[in-house]
Amino acid sequence: MGGTSISTMSYSPKKIKPAGERSQGFSTHGSYPAFSFQAGKSLWFGSLLLALGLLLGIWGCRGRADTASRALCIAGSTSVQPFAEKLAEVYMQQHPGERIDVQGGGSSAGIYAAQQGAADLGASSRELVEAEKALHEIPIAWDGIAVIVHPSNPLNNLRLEQLRQIFQGKIANWRELGLPPHAIDTITREEGSGTREAFEHLVMGKTFITPGALVQDSNGSVREIVAGDPYSLGYISAGLVDERVKTVAVDGILPTRENIKNQTYKLVRRFLLVGRVPPAGRCLAFVDFILSPQGQRLLEAEGLVGVK
Amino acid sequence: MDRGKFVERVLFLLALSSISSLVIITIFIFMEGLPLIFHTGLKDFIFSSHWAPTKGYFGIGAMIVSSLLVTLGAMVLGVPLGLACAIVLAEFCSERLRRLLKPTLELLAGIPSVVYGFLGVIWLVPLIRNHLGGPGLSLLAAAVILGIMILPTIISISIDALTAVPDIYRDGSIALGATEWQTVRRVVLPAASSGIITAIILGMGRAVGETMAVIMVAGNALKIPASILEPVRTLTSNIALELGYAAGRHREALFATGIVLFVIIMILNLSATLITRRR
Repeated sequence: MGGTSISTMSYSPKKIKPAGERSQGFSTHGSYPAFSFQAGKSLWFGSLLLALGLLLGIWGCRGRADTASRALCIAGSTSVQPFAEKLAEVYMQQHPGERIDVQGGGSSAGIYAAQQGAADLGASSRELVEAEKALHEIPIAWDGIAVIVHPSNPLNNLRLEQLRQIFQGKIANWRELGLPPHAIDTITREEGSGTREAFEHLVMGKTFITPGALVQDSNGSVREIVAGDPYSLGYISAGLVDERVKTVAVDGILPTRENIKNQTYKLVRRFLLVGRVPPAGRCLAFVDFILSPQGQRLLEAEGLVGVK
Repeated sequence: MDRGKFVERVLFLLALSSISSLVIITIFIFMEGLPLIFHTGLKDFIFSSHWAPTKGYFGIGAMIVSSLLVTLGAMVLGVPLGLACAIVLAEFCSERLRRLLKPTLELLAGIPSVVYGFLGVIWLVPLIRNHLGGPGLSLLAAAVILGIMILPTIISISIDALTAVPDIYRDGSIALGATEWQTVRRVVLPAASSGIITAIILGMGRAVGETMAVIMVAGNALKIPASILEPVRTLTSNIALELGYAAGRHREALFATGIVLFVIIMILNLSATLITRRR
């Protein structure tokens, strides 16, 4: 899971090297014609180490050598990831020979990776906290957080106060919202998620989300649960809403593109790219591409709202 | 260097790597997690149920209770089924049936846990939601899925224990006029009891440690469940759910959760070893 990213990121360079050396060492042993049997064994052992090295390498994604052939690495928020992948894909088509790796892991992991220099750019769907302010931040898009229910649910509008009380657990039954009585299955994201953090900041204020709420670890699985459970209520990134779920207006305003752009919709957050230093060189070229009219159009086509 | 020596050395290296990785993992978990336990205090960490790690509350009480409840539920379902299956396979069934059932069981053990979880989400969860109520993602769903997942462990170890009972016991009992069932119940089962208890304990270890399938069907809510239809979060789910986003104290708290899990599983495995040795 994404978890491995943090624990291995800072260790991978140290681990990969010995693995590579050892596997090499053994295959030279094996290449003696007299040792045909051992060759198989050591090859197997070598490939095991190689596989381990690769596994660690995938998460580490930093080569010490700063050559031009090295891939730019962007790691972080799983909310930003699909959009960053799309941008990278188009950018690489336009710039043959350029390589960009986009990885998930979460906002905090991305920020950590950027601080450590393990990633060229960290992607975050939450604002930086005080301790992280030293990083250079580049806002790339706005994203609305949509409140969603099952399509069969007649609910069309919630006041922000009602939404807060539902997630506090104070409103626990649909009856209290004038609907047929049934317990509300509230669905939230896991602690540390950028979407949850933004939701807590925008909706919950100083209050806590009820411990009775179901917890899912991605926008996709929240949507999946809401699509299957007629009594559920959850929140996901507005760009990821599809026809299997129904969006509820907050204070009478739906998270349409215009409403997010002009900030009349309340639940809006920024997507950030962060770096240890202001972007330069190839990094800057990619950032400029994201902020260019074409890049921003791409983000809008994927359901976000551009910053320009 | 002759061929035998070389093979020996390679095998020795492989053996060492497994032991050293266990040692490294242990040291790593404790190094990462202990600071948080010292910071929070062991009592607050284990007995408080207020978990809001980004706001400074680190209580895993509800998760410990949930982990134990889920495991208990899995045992209630898995032990009778597994034991019955093992007794049939070891004592009563024909060679032909055994040749069919044994590979099937091995197949069951080979199915990845995410597949069990997926089946749970698309089949079991709606079933519970529609017929029993609640959100479907629940303690019950997790217990049922785990109950099935631990079957292969319980069955295969129980079969080993049952077949290890010498045939003279059975022959003697039959010769004294006992029926086959009386023989199994009064003679074979008591003789194999330590092995069967080991099977159950190892099954428990598997249930406590299972992660993926549980995350998918348990609902992961943070409170102590009031009924089997309410969602729960186990210790393993907590780590896997949040590690991706965690930093600082939050990350330490997840490793500390790992320490608690580690201790629980060590106790289970140790007691399994002790019980086997006593035989």
